[in-house]
Amino acid sequence: MEEEVRLMKGNEAIAHAAIRYGADGYFGYPITPQSEVLETLAELRPWETTGMVVLQAESEVAAINMVYGGAATGKAVMTSSSSPGVSLKQEGISYLAASELPALIVNVMRGGPGLGTIQPSQADYFQATKGGGHGDYHMIVLAPATVQEMTDFVALGFDLAFKYRNPAMILADGIVGQMMEKVVLPPQRPRRTEEELRAQCPWAACGRGDRDHRNVVTSLELDSAKMEENNHRFQRTYRLIEENEIRFKEYYTEDAEYLIVAFGSIARICLKAIEEAREAGIKIGLLRPITLWPFPTAEIARLSKQVRGILTVELNAGQMVEDVRLSAEGRVPVFHFGRMGGMIPNPTEVLEALKNDFPELR
Amino acid sequence: MKEEIVIAGFGGQGVLSMGKILAYAGLMDNLEVTWMPSYGPEQRGGTANVTVILSDAPISSPVLDTFDTVVALNQQSLDKFESKVKKGGLLIYDPSGIHRLPQRTDIKVVSVDAITASVELKNSKTYNMILLGALLKLRPMVEIDAVLRGLKKTLPERHHHLLPLNEQALRKGMELV
Repeated sequence: MEEEVRLMKGNEAIAHAAIRYGADGYFGYPITPQSEVLETLAELRPWETTGMVVLQAESEVAAINMVYGGAATGKAVMTSSSSPGVSLKQEGISYLAASELPALIVNVMRGGPGLGTIQPSQADYFQATKGGGHGDYHMIVLAPATVQEMTDFVALGFDLAFKYRNPAMILADGIVGQMMEKVVLPPQRPRRTEEELRAQCPWAACGRGDRDHRNVVTSLELDSAKMEENNHRFQRTYRLIEENEIRFKEYYTEDAEYLIVAFGSIARICLKAIEEAREAGIKIGLLRPITLWPFPTAEIARLSKQVRGILTVELNAGQMVEDVRLSAEGRVPVFHFGRMGGMIPNPTEVLEALKNDFPELR
Repeated sequence: MKEEIVIAGFGGQGVLSMGKILAYAGLMDNLEVTWMPSYGPEQRGGTANVTVILSDAPISSPVLDTFDTVVALNQQSLDKFESKVKKGGLLIYDPSGIHRLPQRTDIKVVSVDAITASVELKNSKTYNMILLGALLKLRPMVEIDAVLRGLKKTLPERHHHLLPLNEQALRKGMELV
């Protein structure tokens, strides 16, 4: 398959991108608002073309453990779900991180807590960026704002996961999952051959072959001294990721007097608000973190020396705002504006919130 | 060029498909497009709406609070979206079942009786294409030809015999306004 321009939903784009990346397997269980991922894969039948396995598991827990098994053999495997389903996967994600396994997990967030609603949300920010499961670990977390990024982050997520032997997550929301946009699909990449896999993943439990030892993949280490050493190794990996993989995008920040920080599709709503404000002469800039972990702390610190105040806009009660406050280190006031439970703010509301927090803008 | 549209009505009226066909036509004309549906249980009855943006520049927010054009296909949608038409904008509504008429005088208000027209075409499924024809006559944001090419590209081969009927419906809608 060649590069191709199409109109499709973010969820559909994830499925197309996974096949074209040359992924080896997808294991999932349907849940709104991301069921189109599994549906599209079923429709495209990649097992007949690239040989990619697509399996509807009996539950989210089963799916993440299938991912754990597939990843242990060095295969490029993924799962997707939405908030309640991703909660169920947390144990498996902790095991993946502790076993230093690459995998891609997609969360198309919906309103919670609990079974909540099927409408968009960003209330799983804490869960995604601070661990989520038990133990000291991090996932690499990518936040797409467009259908094109839904597509591109599949390859990026897999590449980073393999580069650092660490699970990566695409943290999307119901808006970018359900909306259709123009998208450029990448050309088809072949799946790795067994030889390539053995060469790239010398740790993989894919048969002893001509190795002089058997690879064992486990997260269990009952010797505490060794387990602490494992933890040190994980932390070294995380520092390396923090050094190399921070990604963000800035809009109108050069002359900004106020800064909005927002991620995913909400950043686009803020961008429209900012464009409207600029027409009225109010100089607002936008920083959109693309990696939520590692977080663009240094860049926000730099901007906090330039602006008079910062507002984060999130579909939650105030989660990323904590990281922004830590980055701004008290230099300027940092406020939060959020909608919850599946409600989405419009550009006018965003501007009103900013003016409420900074009355001098009225 | 930038056109911000919301189409709203009952689930099953073809609201989402009408938006989709418009979005595909935009794609055919090399425009930037976003199509943002309400994806709740309303798709199975109740009210559904879809926001479509066509632009020759990159599109920021797919979520809007005001629109250049509103197409309202039931009373609830008319009540909800009449106030959200930008000054000087366009409101198209279907008069059937409407007992509270639009009140605004600072916008263009057009009534399109697409139900009667679809009966004349002997196919109730032409309803949304008639409305699309009316919309494109009033706001020629894409060529009719682009709509047809978009339809041809997205309809499965087995439905291609319906393309002439769709074209007929589009033209009928254009004649109504």
